[in-house]
Amino acid sequence: MSGRIRTVLRKELREFRRNKLVVGTMVILPLFFIAIPVASVLAVNAETAPNAIKGAVGSALLGFFLVPLILPTVIAGYGVVGEREQGTLEPVLTTPVRREELLIGKALAAIVPSASMAYALFVLFLIVVQLFAAREVVSLVMEPAQMVAIVLFTPLLATFSIWVGLAISARSSDIRVAQQLSGLAMLPMVGVLWLFAFRVIAPTVTVAVTGAVLLAVLDLGAWRIVSALFDRERLLTRYGGP
Amino acid sequence: MEAAIRARGLTKRFGSRSALEDVTFEVSVGEVFGFLGPNGAGKTTTVRVLSTLVRPTAGTAEVAGVPVSEGTGAELRSRIAVMTETPGLYLRLTVFDNLEYFAGLYGIASRETRTRILAALDSVGMAGRHGDRAGALSKGLRQRVSLARALLPDPRVLFLDEPTSGLDPVATREVRELIDGLRDRGVTVFLTTHRLEEAERLCDRIAILNTTLRIIGAPDDLRRQLFSSALEVQTAAPLADPDSFFGGVNGTDGWKPVGDASYRVNVRDPAAVAPELARAIVESGAGLVRLSEATHSLEDVYLQLVSDDVEVAR
Repeated sequence: MSGRIRTVLRKELREFRRNKLVVGTMVILPLFFIAIPVASVLAVNAETAPNAIKGAVGSALLGFFLVPLILPTVIAGYGVVGEREQGTLEPVLTTPVRREELLIGKALAAIVPSASMAYALFVLFLIVVQLFAAREVVSLVMEPAQMVAIVLFTPLLATFSIWVGLAISARSSDIRVAQQLSGLAMLPMVGVLWLFAFRVIAPTVTVAVTGAVLLAVLDLGAWRIVSALFDRERLLTRYGGP
Repeated sequence: MEAAIRARGLTKRFGSRSALEDVTFEVSVGEVFGFLGPNGAGKTTTVRVLSTLVRPTAGTAEVAGVPVSEGTGAELRSRIAVMTETPGLYLRLTVFDNLEYFAGLYGIASRETRTRILAALDSVGMAGRHGDRAGALSKGLRQRVSLARALLPDPRVLFLDEPTSGLDPVATREVRELIDGLRDRGVTVFLTTHRLEEAERLCDRIAILNTTLRIIGAPDDLRRQLFSSALEVQTAAPLADPDSFFGGVNGTDGWKPVGDASYRVNVRDPAAVAPELARAIVESGAGLVRLSEATHSLEDVYLQLVSDDVEVAR
């Protein structure tokens, strides 16, 4: 990793750690997404209908997809608008840092904590399910396709989310508006994940891997767009850029 | 002399609005160059173009030996530093963290970072404040940290946008001494300011901009270009017939009243005309109270040019 990317990453993480709103959101939002679905999974017993079991597991799985998809949008809001609001954007842009270094540093600062949080919660979920959930739930949760999907999708979803978030942040003038627009922009992706989590699309390893490849292509396209939008002149004035 | 900044026909338009129009100038290495102009005159746009933040619509420029172009941005920016008008500090981070971030962006080796940061803070009178949170500092102290940040990469060309804005008189004097010190070290300083007395005191040459470049030169040259030489005369009682009186003195070229028994007399050579004028007044019995060469401040030069523009705009 280049020195400047590491510098940007370290500064972003340092700043987020001292921002109570970001820290609070990073803790509360994941719990909000997964607390109720996990509770419903644990409430499954021998008398629960098979469709209800699949629904409960699907809700929990969707929750784990939402964590890496939504968390980075909160952080991305600060990525450009936050810098512009506190007047730090122009001094940064006058340094030799290249747009790719700045973007990757900022993206990693959102992807690393979001993906780490998602993985940690999923591991905790697996342990809880293994220890306390009904046998029918365990067999559904431990399906290889679900595991592969969580492992592969988590960083790819976080990456997609941060690129979209940064693209919106580059065009917005208010942090909250940027965060809300980024959340809205994730809705089509939530729809696709819902189809997978609730087994409308058959959850096989092949489907999970194909989905991951498609997500990676999407991430690459989003990177090219956000990279073009991250034009110095466009960021400081409303002119310039592509 | 070698040029640190060279701009040729620089033009920048934002949509249909022209921010800069055909601006040409050169700044020599080690020169302190003042850039003056009213709000919206294009000063900040010029700095942004020269620091590769915005692309010129037309014209060319070279800064610190690097042409201003899309492909040379990082190289050019590694040789310069820009102190923006607002301090732009990360308020949740400490002063040290702020400077450490920029040291990293400038690619300063990590083993040198601490020494360079402490030296930069020391030069702006902020030694011992590196652990303070930036958000807890007053506006003036933030301004000093911003200046320390600009000094950090040891730039060849330093762009300072209103560097003493918000500073108290003591801090202002320190910053001015610092700029003098930079000149001694051979650093080229491009200073935009509204403080005309500051520009006059600090700058080797000055440019006045109002979308187009109105005038450029050393403060004394600008005065000479814009104003004719004159003597100011005050007599004990008003002269009975100033027209024939001043017309009778060799080397005068018109006059105008500037108060009761006070006159401004245009002359070609003040040193040659003053003794003869003094003698004529004494001989006339009017009583000479005061005779001095009329002086024009940089403010007079500025107002003369900018008010011309206002007249044209009307």
